Order: sequence, then structure tokens, then C-alpha cells
Amino acid sequence: MASNIRPAGVFDTSYAQDMKINRTRTSRFLANAAFVAVLLLPLLTAEGGLGLSVVPAVWVGIVVRIAIYTIAVIGLNILMGYTGQISLGHAAFVGVGAYSGALMARLWGIPFWIAVPLAGLFTALVGLLFGLPSLRVKGFYLAMATLAAQFIIPWLMRYPMERLTNGSRPLEVPDPQFFGFSFGPQVVMYYLIIPLAVLMAFLARNLTRSRVGRALISVRDNDLAAELLGINVFRYKLLAFFVSSFYAGVAGALWAFDIGSLSLDKFNLALSIEFLAMLIIGGAGFPLGPLFGVAFINILRENIIPNVVSNFKVVLPNVFPFIAVADVESSLVPFLFGLALVIFLIVEPRGLAYRWEILRIAWKIRPYAY
Amino acid sequence: MEVNIVADREKLNMPVKLRVDNISLSFGGIKALRNVSFDINEGEILAVIGPNGAGKTSLTNSINGFYTPQEGTIYFEGKPINHLPPYKRAKLGISRTFQNIALYTNATVLDNLMAARHIHMKATNLITGAIFYGVAQREEIEHRRRVEEIIDFLEMESIRKTTVGALSYGLRKRVELGRALALEPTLLLLDEPMAGMNVEEKEDMARFIIDIHERQGTTIMIIEHDIGLVMDISHRIVVLDFGQKISEGTPQQIRHDERVIKAYLGQEA
Ligand SMILES: Nc1ncnc2c1ncn2[C@@H]1O[C@H](COP(=O)(O)OP(=O)(O)OP(=O)(O)O)[C@@H](O)[C@H]1O
Ligand SMILES: [Mg+2]
Repeated sequence: MASNIRPAGVFDTSYAQDMKINRTRTSRFLANAAFVAVLLLPLLTAEGGLGLSVVPAVWVGIVVRIAIYTIAVIGLNILMGYTGQISLGHAAFVGVGAYSGALMARLWGIPFWIAVPLAGLFTALVGLLFGLPSLRVKGFYLAMATLAAQFIIPWLMRYPMERLTNGSRPLEVPDPQFFGFSFGPQVVMYYLIIPLAVLMAFLARNLTRSRVGRALISVRDNDLAAELLGINVFRYKLLAFFVSSFYAGVAGALWAFDIGSLSLDKFNLALSIEFLAMLIIGGAGFPLGPLFGVAFINILRENIIPNVVSNFKVVLPNVFPFIAVADVESSLVPFLFGLALVIFLIVEPRGLAYRWEILRIAWKIRPYAY
Repeated sequence: MEVNIVADREKLNMPVKLRVDNISLSFGGIKALRNVSFDINEGEILAVIGPNGAGKTSLTNSINGFYTPQEGTIYFEGKPINHLPPYKRAKLGISRTFQNIALYTNATVLDNLMAARHIHMKATNLITGAIFYGVAQREEIEHRRRVEEIIDFLEMESIRKTTVGALSYGLRKRVELGRALALEPTLLLLDEPMAGMNVEEKEDMARFIIDIHERQGTTIMIIEHDIGLVMDISHRIVVLDFGQKISEGTPQQIRHDERVIKAYLGQEA
């Protein structure tokens, strides 16, 4: 990939400059503009206190959820995209983070901003444990081993640990306390979670472009060569599980404090697969892949599919009288979701972030760019 | 002949870099190596030749620790290294290229070479890497300089940021040499670095190998089928056939060795 193409006139005069994440003015501008827009968003809603209601209030919640999902998928990207270790158990780790964060607050009154990183660390250790099979098996067999985690962890939380987790009943999460901010809770969460998500993305981006990230990529692309050239492959596989689960744990804890009530049913295999779909559609192994994938699937699920379904609800039962209106929704949603994913994988198997790279290059070398 | 070599070495005062002592390796019924012993002396270019399936790659893999010989000992700079896992042997300064190119295909040339700096970049870990600015960036720049020297030396400036998967076979072979060099080895194992190349590419590669040896005094073990080339660039040659060492000596001695001619050279001619 010719990601080194830049407009004429932009030269690197030092290695430090060559290493910058955004090397051109356009890409720096885009990144800053996006960040400012996201920061201003709650102020533009009816609840923003400025008397503006340019943006529907639900968007605050949607963006928070996109941010939380993105943190989780960044974790999966480190494990799968960069290290090439498949995981079908990511949702279980998000669940560990959610419940451990919630329990820290419930049992010991640990404040939100300490509980979140601690939940991340705890989940990272659990992830390390379940990453041990990766030392012996790869590919399909590793997928099976992580699938085991996806079943064992929720089972453990539901039955042996029922006294702590409330088992099949919902677990209430105490309201996050943060130095007595008096916004509506959703807006407070917004201004806590968005900067944290940006920070987490920044740390992941740094890690993946450093020595550690190159070691992970080496393991992914050729574990034999990596080992023979001085990389302790076992160590870096475990490190990938550790970091990936840390991100899952932080995402889970934020989720817990954001929605305020947890149910074990949420952290099931379907969610693990959704994370996988988000990563693959967004672009595994690309820094922007998680954000793109999460945003795309959210838009697909919240906007595109409901629109299509509501049209079909009218049309289908009219054309085929034997089809009940209720059935249209229940069967069409997963069908359309699956269809969209399949089409997507055929059209762009390397993901949106790859497309984005291609577009960027096209933009940079457009005629008369200088 | 054995006696001669020992005498030569004492005369030139060359210590042994790597000693392969009586190693045997088998896969089920297949005996890939049988009681093979030889030394690689400090600062020499040693060629290992032999027909297909003779055990040359198996020998390299045993030195690396990827294969574990059932019998025998391998000494590096006088110390046995049998118990060391491959990545620790790399840390001692043993680096290599692969017969079937084994690059990090989805990474750029630059990243492939930087990845081989791994053992030298000790300040960057999980924490400093995630923070990046400060410690990691400083280290990154320092090692980037070393890598750029290699890129310069191997004339790869124009493909520095190209993904390896997009390169021609000949260039990939060159990138692999670059990656092996980026580890700053004191012992370099080259498994058929010129296989499948055209004459021009072969000449370039031979020039690079000789240059590496002259500039840095790196001890080199090269596996190569092109006998003419081997005779030109190596100081000594070890000949394997069916897993056994059938001869060892200077190019002159090998050229006139009856067993070698029968087993190998005769076959070629
Ligand atoms: N991993 C393995 N499993 C089983 N048999 C192996 C393995 N590696 C090598 N062998 C066998 O060991 C013998 C020596 O193979 P090796 O690859 O070392 O030969 P070589 O001299 O490198 O040959 P070539 O010139 O074709 O590269 C062959 O019979 C081969 O089939
Ligand atoms: Mg071979």
C-alpha cells in the first residue's frame, strides 16, 4: 500500500516528523474538526443549556455507545488485527469488566474513575488466563478455545457467583460519582467517556506503531520468523490477550456505569460475533478500523434497517397475505443484517479503513494538488 | 584433512564461532542429519552444499533451535546452546534468512527491518510504547537511523515504505537479507539467498554478502546450490549428502574430492 504518498511540498525533514500520525495539514484538520464536533454535540441538543436544539438528544446516547463499543473493538483489533489471534470470547471479557466495575462500586464504594481502570486490569488478568491456549493452538482451534471462554465465564458468573452477580436477575449499578457535576447524567457520562475513548485510541495507536506493535505484527505475519529473529512469541501472544482484555474490561465498566443496570444475557456469543463483524467491516489491523466498523454497524442497525423494515412491513403483508406484520420485523432484521455483512465482505473484504486509505491516497495525488 | 584445518586455524588464530558436535536429527523414520560435526570459525564464510534433501535447511533450523536434534551439542562461542529457545539464540547474535522467504508480508520494508531491531530496543515496553512520546520515540529515532543505513547499503531507498507483499521475489530476498542484518548478527545464516534469482540479481546479492563480510567481519554460513558462486565467495565448504557430512575443506580441496564429485558435482555436470 502506498501510504507514503503525500502531496508535493510535504517532506519529512526528520524521522520524528516522518513518524507523526497525521502528517499533512488536511488530515490534521479533519482529525481536529471531528474532535471539536464531537465535543460540542451535547451543547447543540435541547438539553445542552444553550437553547439550541440542532441535534436530537438521542444522539448523545448513541455517540456514547459508539465510543464504548469502539474501545472494546480496539481491544479486539490489537488481538486479531495486529496479532492475528482470533477470539470468539470478547463479549465475555466485556462482561467481566462490566460486572467487576459494578461490583467494586457496589461492594466497596470504589469511585467510578478508579473502578474503571481496576476493572480493566482485572479483566486483563482473566484474559491472560484464557489466552494461555494460544501458546499451543492457532486458528480454528484457538477460536474453539476462546469460544469455551465465551461459555465458561458467563456460566461462572451466573451460577457459582450468583450471590455477587445476582445470577439471572439484573444487577443495579450505583450512579457514577464524579466531583459533583450537575449536568444530566447522560451528558456527564458523555464528557467522561468521549475523552477517555480518545485517550484509549491514542494509546493503542502509539502501542501499535512502537516496538511492541511491530512484535505483534511479526507474530501475526510469520510467527516462526518472529521467534527466530528474537521475538518471544509466547510472551507477545499473552501480551496481546492482556491488552485486548484490558480494553474489553474498560469498555465493560463504562458500559455498566452508563446504562446503570446489568444483565448477563447481554454478554453472549452474539455480541462476540458482533464485535468481530464490526472489526472486519471496519478493517482489522487498521488504526481507524474499530471506529469505522462500530459507527457503520450502529447506523446500519439504528437507521438503515429500521427504515427498510418499516417499508416492508407495509408492502409484504399486502403482496403476500399469508405473512403476518409481526413476523416481518422479527425475521427481516437479522436477515438484512446478515445480508449487509455478506455484501460488504464481498465488496471490500479488507474493510472500510482500507477503503479510506485508498481514498486518502487518491485525494493526495489528485490533479493539481499543489 | 581434519588435522590440516585445525593447524590452519591455529596459524590464523581464528577462534571457533559455532561448533556443531555430532548432531543427529530425525523425523519419524527420516534421518535428516546423522552425526554431523563441523566448526564455523570466527570471521569466515562457510558454505554448506549438498543435493536436495541433504539436510541443509534442517541443519540451519537446528542451529536456530527451531528443530531439536535428538543427539549432539551445538556450541556458540564456546557455550552449549541446546537448551536455549530460538528467540534467545537470536539475542546471542545469530540471525538468518529463509529458503522460502519468511517476511512479515503485510508490513512495510521499514517495519520489517525495524522489527528485527527488537532485541536492541530495550527501553520500549507496554507502558513506554503506549505513551510513545519521550522514551519510545527517542529509541525509535535512534534505531531508525541504523535501519536506514542498511536500507542505504542494500539500495532499498525507493521501497522503504512499500508493503513487502507488493515486492518482486528478488527484492523480497534482499529485504530478508536486510532484516537479518538489522538484528546486528555476529553469525549470519543464509539459506539459499540467491535461489530463483536471475544472474544480475545473483551478482548483486553476492556483492552484498561479500561487502557485509568485509565491512563488519560477520561470520557467515551460506547454503547455496550454485557451485561456481560458492567456490568464489566461501573460505571453506561443508558437503552434506543424505544427512551425513561427506566432506569438508577449502574450495580447492572440495573441487577435487572424489566423493563430492560423485554425490553432487557429478550430478550437476
Ligand atoms: N519438518 C519436517 N518434518 C518432516 N521431515 C522433514 C522436516 N524438515 C525436513 N524434513 C526432511 O528432512 C530431510 C532434509 O530436508 P532439508 O529441508 O533439511 O533438506 P535441504 O538440504 O535443505 O534440501 P533443499 O536443497 O531441497 O532445500 C528431507 O528428507 C525432508 O523431507
Ligand atoms: Mg533447504
